[in-house]
Amino acid sequence: MPNFGASPGATTTSKSVFHLWQGFSIAAIIVGGLTLLLIIYAAFRYRRKSENIPKQSQYHIPLEAFYTVVPILIVFGLFAATLIVENKETANPKTNVTINVLAFQWGWKFTYPGSNALVYGQTTQEPEMVMPVNTNVHINLRSSDVIHGFYVHAFNFSRYALPGVLNQFTFRAVNTGTYFGQCTQLCGLYHSLMWFRVKVVTPTQYQAWLASYDNPTAAAAAKSAGKATKQQVSSIVPSKTTSSKGDN
Amino acid sequence: MTDVLPHPVDQVTVEHVHEDLHEEHHGPTGILKWMTSTDHKVIGMSYTVTSVIMMVIGGLFAEIIRAQLASPNAHLVSLAQYNELFTMHGSVMIYLFAGPFAFGALANIIVPLQIGAPDMAFPRLNALSYWLYLFGSLTMLSGFFTAGGAANFGWVAYAPLSNSLNTPGSGADLWIGGLLLTGFSAIFTGVNLCATIFYLRAPGMTMFRMPIFTWNLMVTAILILLAFPVLTAGLIMLYCDRHFGTHIFSVAGGGVPVLWQHIFWFWGHPEVYILALPFFGMVTEIIAVFSRKPVFGYKGMIFATLSIAALSLGVWAHHMYTTGVVLLPFFAIMSLLIAVPTGIKMFNWIGTMWRGEIWFSTAMLMAVGFLITFLIGGLTGIFLASPPLDFFTHDTYFVVAHFHSVVMALVLGAMGGLYYWGPKITGYMLNETYGKIQFWFLFIGTQVFTIPGYILGLDGMPRRIAMYPHDPQWQTLNQISTLGAILIGISTIVFVANIAYSWKKYPAGDNPWDAQTLEWFTTSPPPHHNYYRLPQIRSERPTWDYNHPGHTASPHGHHVEEESEQEVPVA
Repeated sequence: MPNFGASPGATTTSKSVFHLWQGFSIAAIIVGGLTLLLIIYAAFRYRRKSENIPKQSQYHIPLEAFYTVVPILIVFGLFAATLIVENKETANPKTNVTINVLAFQWGWKFTYPGSNALVYGQTTQEPEMVMPVNTNVHINLRSSDVIHGFYVHAFNFSRYALPGVLNQFTFRAVNTGTYFGQCTQLCGLYHSLMWFRVKVVTPTQYQAWLASYDNPTAAAAAKSAGKATKQQVSSIVPSKTTSSKGDN
Repeated sequence: MTDVLPHPVDQVTVEHVHEDLHEEHHGPTGILKWMTSTDHKVIGMSYTVTSVIMMVIGGLFAEIIRAQLASPNAHLVSLAQYNELFTMHGSVMIYLFAGPFAFGALANIIVPLQIGAPDMAFPRLNALSYWLYLFGSLTMLSGFFTAGGAANFGWVAYAPLSNSLNTPGSGADLWIGGLLLTGFSAIFTGVNLCATIFYLRAPGMTMFRMPIFTWNLMVTAILILLAFPVLTAGLIMLYCDRHFGTHIFSVAGGGVPVLWQHIFWFWGHPEVYILALPFFGMVTEIIAVFSRKPVFGYKGMIFATLSIAALSLGVWAHHMYTTGVVLLPFFAIMSLLIAVPTGIKMFNWIGTMWRGEIWFSTAMLMAVGFLITFLIGGLTGIFLASPPLDFFTHDTYFVVAHFHSVVMALVLGAMGGLYYWGPKITGYMLNETYGKIQFWFLFIGTQVFTIPGYILGLDGMPRRIAMYPHDPQWQTLNQISTLGAILIGISTIVFVANIAYSWKKYPAGDNPWDAQTLEWFTTSPPPHHNYYRLPQIRSERPTWDYNHPGHTASPHGHHVEEESEQEVPVA
């Protein structure tokens, strides 16, 4: 079946979302296609051919009832499918892998409870959220200032990072790989450049990666990464931006 | 001063006419007339001209935005300027063009005419509405002349980005102030429309003989009265948070940022229909007139409008699915259900064209363009009503493309409305060749502009980004979209050229389209208090019934041409 432009998904729930997308697309193409044909047919078939006044018919109750009832049935079908996928997506299965995500102007901080691991980066540094494959990964999403959007395209998912609210959800990645993520909710000047990556690794690699932070030199290296910010931004944003009036 | 004429023709009281014409020549003329008038037609023209100028200003912002996105590297304006541009583009288009054009401009002129009223119920309040709107618009736009620039937090002004810490400039305050003024203008117009439609209908004009356009404006006015005061309250709260140390939307003081979204969208979703319903009404009238048929399913159309309005008050949180703090199933089913009455309208429009004799004037072309564009925008809206699908399209170009399909459909409807009612308002026709050129630029431009947006959004391009250096592969589709925006811009130039070219060139006569509703019974332009005489009103098409006595609408699919003549009593 064609993917109708959407990503097939790299997590279990994003695959369900993708199938829901396909179902909606097929329904839309059938209904929309028929309606479009009716519009175009009426427009061409009933172009003015004479000065005669056509029959002044105004009501056709069976027909009107038909196009009231059928859409209601379609809508409830779509709603049922929506509920099934939505319940999958909002379920929070038990897991022992948790990642705390903090969004801020303009970057991300990923911490791992019970571990020293910490990844921090601003704008185009693309900090990397490392997570194990085939494991339920619980995400705690917060914001320290304004509203941000945590959006991973390959996971078919986004959620606001709201100040004062803890948002929780679960990912279960099905393939290893690196996926791009980006802030989707307008958050100020560098909104366009608030990037991050999600790196899905095998559980063994994940454990090794966590353990590497127990080594003090690695932890120091991770912290120093956060200091390169200004250079990173100025290398990609044209110089006129940084001195502009909206900066105050 | 209005006499009800028995059917078919009675003699016009000639002295009466001359008396009134004479009376009209008194009073100020020229600029003073525009500034002091309380005539709904003059105020409506002020609204029309002002809001179309706002459309051009908002359109210029859009062209700059699209030019910026033609390259991934912010080659034209800075990130800060870009934020100002899309904020003001959205604000100007929604607050200063679409709304005022919908319920201030054509409604102001046409609704009293359609129901046979001499003016709006409160003519001075009507004038106040216009001046509040004009100065609100100037206030909002004046942000560009402040040191910090215009408002830059998006047209939705989400807290806490819109607080004084994150957006300290006075451009934001001018935005709030301007919106408060235009909000009050809308509320007063809502009061005025309700009072006019409830109390000033001509003898015989029962509720179920009102044209669909008037019906839709009545429902719009009720929605305005329910929704706009909420926005006004929210804006005052936002202003207090910014300047008087309240903590309504700030976490630090125990406030709730999401509350702003609830308030904003409790206004914002009804607002979508406040904008849309008047244009639905225009298109309904146009399709019926140019198909030479009555509106198919007239009563079904009215109940569809009423149910859209009712549902629209319970769907606001579908803009907030990804906040994680709203009840998803409730808002999902309410949002999905809106598809049902909207679908009924779509099929009623097709049913009106069915077996008609369709005259493809510019107005009718615009209406059919509306149907196709609105079909695309409506269907993609059904996707967004489903929370799992919204999660991955929210705040991407898919959403941008969706609502631009809808609003560009409304622009097509607005242009149809101007071509259709322009002759009634001014007494002169617009050139049809220019009109058709304008239509094709506008219609093709709209599709070229929106369709790449759907693909970009599904590929993950977020909205409100000034640059996309990480994903330069989006450039081609963005350039196609920019080309579409240029085509739309050209259509606007053709429209202005048409007005200049046709200026007082083609006198219209009273009823150039063989139209159906009451406003086509009076002269073009109508006299000071609209009517010297009225036909008998026995259906929603009194002018048609008067001109074509043998062709009244046949109920329930039966053809009752012969018997229909003398039976309907005058109310």
